[in-house]
Amino acid sequence: MLRINCPHCGERDHSEFAYGGDATIKYPSLDNADQEAWFRAVFIRKNPRGKHSELWQHVGGCREWLVVERDTLTHEIFSVTSARVLAEGGQ
Amino acid sequence: MQRYSVFSLLGNALTGNRNWERAWRDPDPKPEYDVIVIGGGGHGLSTAYYLAKEHGVRKVALLEKGYLGGGNVGRNTTIVRSNYMIPGNTEFYELSLKLWEELSRDLNYNVMFSQRGQVSLATSPAQMEAYSRRGNVMRMNGIDAELLDREQLMKLLPYLDYSPSARYRLHGGMIQQRAGTARHDAVAWGYARGASNRGVDLIQQCEVLGFLREGDRIVGVETTKGPIRAKKVAMAVAGSTTTLAEKAGLELPIESHLLQAFVTEPLKPMIHHVISFATAHFYISQSDKGGLVLGGDLDGYNSYAQRGNLPVVDEVLTIAKALIPSLSRLRVLRHWAGVMDMSMDGSPIIDISPIPGLYINCGWCYGGFKATPASGFTFAHTIARDEPHPCNAKLRLDRFRRGYQIDERGAGPVPGWH
Repeated sequence: MLRINCPHCGERDHSEFAYGGDATIKYPSLDNADQEAWFRAVFIRKNPRGKHSELWQHVGGCREWLVVERDTLTHEIFSVTSARVLAEGGQ
Repeated sequence: MQRYSVFSLLGNALTGNRNWERAWRDPDPKPEYDVIVIGGGGHGLSTAYYLAKEHGVRKVALLEKGYLGGGNVGRNTTIVRSNYMIPGNTEFYELSLKLWEELSRDLNYNVMFSQRGQVSLATSPAQMEAYSRRGNVMRMNGIDAELLDREQLMKLLPYLDYSPSARYRLHGGMIQQRAGTARHDAVAWGYARGASNRGVDLIQQCEVLGFLREGDRIVGVETTKGPIRAKKVAMAVAGSTTTLAEKAGLELPIESHLLQAFVTEPLKPMIHHVISFATAHFYISQSDKGGLVLGGDLDGYNSYAQRGNLPVVDEVLTIAKALIPSLSRLRVLRHWAGVMDMSMDGSPIIDISPIPGLYINCGWCYGGFKATPASGFTFAHTIARDEPHPCNAKLRLDRFRRGYQIDERGAGPVPGWH
């Protein structure tokens, strides 16, 4: 079991969370007609063997979307931050 | 080459089994080959075999970083079926099933292919409708499928829970009689022996560290046993696809996820078919040794760890008990996890890569084992002729860019949902 330290609710089992995949994807703006940009955003993933930045939603708790930095080989978790706080440029 | 037959069996039995030949040679790498296949699993071995057998490519090397058959070909649940509906998959998996039916004879190696029938269970009238549609599409493509109503299901699989308090109300199902299982290690060893006998150099303990280039073109590989040149380099490396492709400068629409499987203590024959249960994503069959082999969903997050996590253990065994209550006191002997290439539409990629000289075979999601013969057959064709075989013509990499995904499950570009 992974244990994710939710900034609002504290450390919980990962079964309380829903996985949202690669957190580094930046979707193009809706009026962007560049096919290549959309192809990359929809289909290309980083998929590292090591440190991975990923989204998890605490569906069984505060329902906040979180950005979790995790090692995909050892499952070590380096940081958990609110995705909203990151999007607003804070730490 | 020593052929296996009733006479070789008798002869060797009478001489104390001291005179069996090695199944395959163990050569040192030569400096140059026509084709290098990276990856000594089922798909790499079958590719090497068909390159030599079907296309007469004379100088083929297969490089494996560990030992032959040590990856996902030894980590699956051995199920073989061709009940696919979407064009692209339908013809591909049916080609595979036809190759399975002749495989033991073709390889002169008993892969223990057992066409015991595969039943897909339905838990709602809507799901029965979906199976009748799927079955009709299969039959229109010359693939066998039969619909089972609830009474037929009760007769065929009497050990499922049909009681009024059952967790899942079973409405019926669909059976593909030609589906079944095969012995996964024998598949790897049979292809290895067949390839080696046709001149393929199988080189174990030889990890690929990088690629040799001339201009844009890949002209060989750098390995732990030194550089090896080749006109063409083909990768079939499952769990290492992303990291190896990165070394060639290729980005792929793939995420790595864990898929766990379980084996129970052996029982007398009880489950005669392969049973799939899409409502909760669960499947079970009984091995020839008597153990029940079962599995379920992915662990759900990117991982290269090759060991699973407990929530999935709990979930799979809960579903097993709900469907088949008599399993409740059975002990699980072992469980394991394989690293799956989850592609962004749930279907595989067999293609010439955009990088000259490099060929790719990846993205097998849940379906790699049943695909082993057709994967090798069509990949060998793609490498030798520099164009896809009709059966992998839709499984190309550029389908994502062009908007021609093969999304069998209709789950969209979310690998974990396929």
